[in-house]
Amino acid sequence: MDEHPQKQEAMQAGAALDTPLLRISSLTKRFGGYVAIDQLSLDIHAGEFFALLGPSGCGKTTLLRMIAGFETPDSGEMLFNGENIASALPHQRPFNMMFQNYALFPHLTVEGNIAFGLKRLGMQKADIKDVVAQMLALVQLDGLGKRRPDQLSGGQRQRVALARSLALRPKILLLDEPMAALDKKLRESTQRELLELQRKLNMTFIIVTHDQDEAMTVADRIGVMDHGRLEQVAPPRQLYEAPRSRWIAEFVGDVNVFDGKVTGEENGRVTLETRDAGVIAALKPPSVDESKMLCVAIRPEKIKISQYGPVNDLGGNAAFNRLPGVVADIGYLGNATIYSVRLDTGAVLRANVSNATRLDTDSYHVGQRVVAWFVPADCMVLEQ
Amino acid sequence: MMARRLFARPARIAAIAPYLWMALFFLLPFAFVVKISLSQTAIAQPPYVPLIPLTEGWAATRAALAQLSLDNFRLLISDNLYVLSYLRSLTVAAVATAIMLLIGYPIAYGMSRLPARWQPVAMVLVIVPFWTSFLIRIYAWINILQHDGLLNKTLMALRIVREPVTWLSTDTAMYIGIVYSYLPFMILPLYASLAKMDHALLEAAADLGCSRLKAFWLITVPISLPGIGAGILLCFIPIVGEFVIPDLLAGSDRMMIGQTLWLEFFTNKDWPVASATAVVLLAVLLIPLLVYQRLQQRQLGAD
Repeated sequence: MDEHPQKQEAMQAGAALDTPLLRISSLTKRFGGYVAIDQLSLDIHAGEFFALLGPSGCGKTTLLRMIAGFETPDSGEMLFNGENIASALPHQRPFNMMFQNYALFPHLTVEGNIAFGLKRLGMQKADIKDVVAQMLALVQLDGLGKRRPDQLSGGQRQRVALARSLALRPKILLLDEPMAALDKKLRESTQRELLELQRKLNMTFIIVTHDQDEAMTVADRIGVMDHGRLEQVAPPRQLYEAPRSRWIAEFVGDVNVFDGKVTGEENGRVTLETRDAGVIAALKPPSVDESKMLCVAIRPEKIKISQYGPVNDLGGNAAFNRLPGVVADIGYLGNATIYSVRLDTGAVLRANVSNATRLDTDSYHVGQRVVAWFVPADCMVLEQ
Repeated sequence: MMARRLFARPARIAAIAPYLWMALFFLLPFAFVVKISLSQTAIAQPPYVPLIPLTEGWAATRAALAQLSLDNFRLLISDNLYVLSYLRSLTVAAVATAIMLLIGYPIAYGMSRLPARWQPVAMVLVIVPFWTSFLIRIYAWINILQHDGLLNKTLMALRIVREPVTWLSTDTAMYIGIVYSYLPFMILPLYASLAKMDHALLEAAADLGCSRLKAFWLITVPISLPGIGAGILLCFIPIVGEFVIPDLLAGSDRMMIGQTLWLEFFTNKDWPVASATAVVLLAVLLIPLLVYQRLQQRQLGAD
C-alpha cells in the first residue's frame, strides 16, 4: 500500500488549523423519485487528494458534478472558503473538471484546447502562449501542440485533458474516472504521475473512481459511497484495516467473513462462536453491540498456511486461531498464491500466500491437509 | 495475368467498379453532350449534325470535325436570356439554401437533443414526405396556395388578411415549394453531425468559462460544419438545376436555367444550344464543389 507519511502529517496539522476548503453539508439530490445523493456531508481540506470510491450508481459522479456545478442540489449547502456556492454556475466556481472521456474539442488543436479557458478570460495572446507552453511541459507533451486530438494516443489525450483542466489554475481539480480508458500498465504509471503533479502544484484534487487500487494509490483520504451516502471516510490504510462495516470490508479488498456471536471475553479478547468456522478469538472491538449477530472478517493475506500449524500456543495476546482443513483450490498469481481451504467445519477460507522465493518449498497441493492460522489482532469484528 | 491479379484482389474490383460505372454512364454521355454542343442544328432526327459520321468515310469525318465551333457558347454569352437565367438559378438556390439552413439547423439540433428513443421517430417524420410522389406534393401545394386554397382560407378566418392573397405564380410560392421539398436534405446531414456530438463537450466549455450561447458558437457550430457543408451542397446543387418547382409555382416572366434548357430542347428543338447550356451549367456547379473542398482542406490544415 502506498503511504505518504510527510504529506499526511502536514495535512493533519493543516486540518487542525484552518477551516475546510470545501464543506458539503446535508446535500440532497433527487432525479424524479430516485435519491441520488442522500443528506451527504463532507469536508475537503486544502492540499488534499480525496477519492470518492463506490460501485456504479452509488452517486459518486453526481456528487462530483454537483461540486463542478453541472447539477444543482435540491437541498443542503456547499461552502467554498465559507461562501455558499451551491447555485453558482460552473464557470463561476474556481474548480475545473477533467471529464471521463476527456471531452477534448475535436476541432481544436492541443494548444487550442489548452488555451480555450484562458481565451475566455480575455488573457493577452503572449500570456496565453506562455501558459500553454508551461502546461504542455507539465504533462510532458512538448512538441505535440499542433496536433489534433484524433492524432493522439489514448494516454496523450488524457494528458491534454489534464493540461486543459489545470490551465486555469483551479482551486480544486475534479477528476471523473480519469484513467478508466487507459490500459493497466499505463494506468499505474499515470497514477504515480498524477500524484507527483498534485504534490508539485500543491493543489486540491477530488477524484471519482470505481477502482479501489487507484483510490488507494493516489488518495490521502477515501470516501466510500453507497446509495448516495458516505459509508466511511478514512485514509486508505484505515479503510482497509479498520472498515466500519461488513459492506466496506467486502467492497474494499478481498476478505473472509464468518457470521457468529460473542460467547466469551478475557484479556481484552472476545471469542466468537461462528456458524461454519468454529470458535475464533479476536480483539475486543471498541464499539460493537455484542448481543447482536456479528461477523468476523479476516483479510486473506493475514492468514498463514502450514502443514501442522504453530507448535505451541503462547496464550495471552499471541494466541493463534487454528482452522484445520483441506486445500480445495489453488490460484497461482505469480507474486502470490491464493489457497482455498475447505475447513473441517464446512466453510471455505481463502489465504493469500506471498511467493517470497523462487524455490518451491512452501507450496501445497490440492487435497493436502493443512492448518490455516492467524492471530486475533488480524480479525475484525463487525456488525452485519 | 491482369485478370488473375484482379481476382486475387477483390478489393481492387470494388475500387474500380464505381469508376467504370461513372465512365460508362456519366463520362461517355457527357462527352456526347459536349460534342452536340459544338455542332449545329439541322432539320433531321435527331435534330443536329451527326456526331461522328464514321460510316461515310474518313473525308466526311474530317469535314464534320472541321465544322465544330464554339458558336453555341458565344450565343450563351451574347444573349442576355441565358446569363439572366444562370444568375436567377444561382440566386434562387442561394436564397433557398440559406432559408433551409436557418430552418433546418434548429430542427436538426432539437432532434439531436431528443431522448434516444424518440430520435428514430423524428427521423421517420422527416423522411415520411418522400413516401408520396414529389409531383403530387407540388400539386398539393398548388391546391393550398391557390386563390381559394387552404392558406388563404386560414388567413382570412384568422382575420390576418381581408382578401385572398395571390400566392401562385410568385417567387414566394416557388420558395415555399423549394424549401418544403429540399428541407430533409438539409436536416439529415445536419442531424447526423449533431447527433454524434458528445454532450460533455458543452459541459467542458461551460466549465472553462463559456455561456451557453458562446459554447454553441465555439463548439457546436464548428463541430457541425461538415454537416452544414454537406447540407448546403445537397440542396444548392440540385436547386440550381431545378425545373419542376419554378415551372409549376413561379411566374413565367423569369426563368431558371432548367426552364431555359427545357425550352431549348423541346420548344426550340435546338439541341446544340441546349447542350451548350448544360455544359456551362455543369461548369457552374463545379464551383461550389471546389470551394467546399478548398474550405475542408483549409480546415484540416489550419491551427
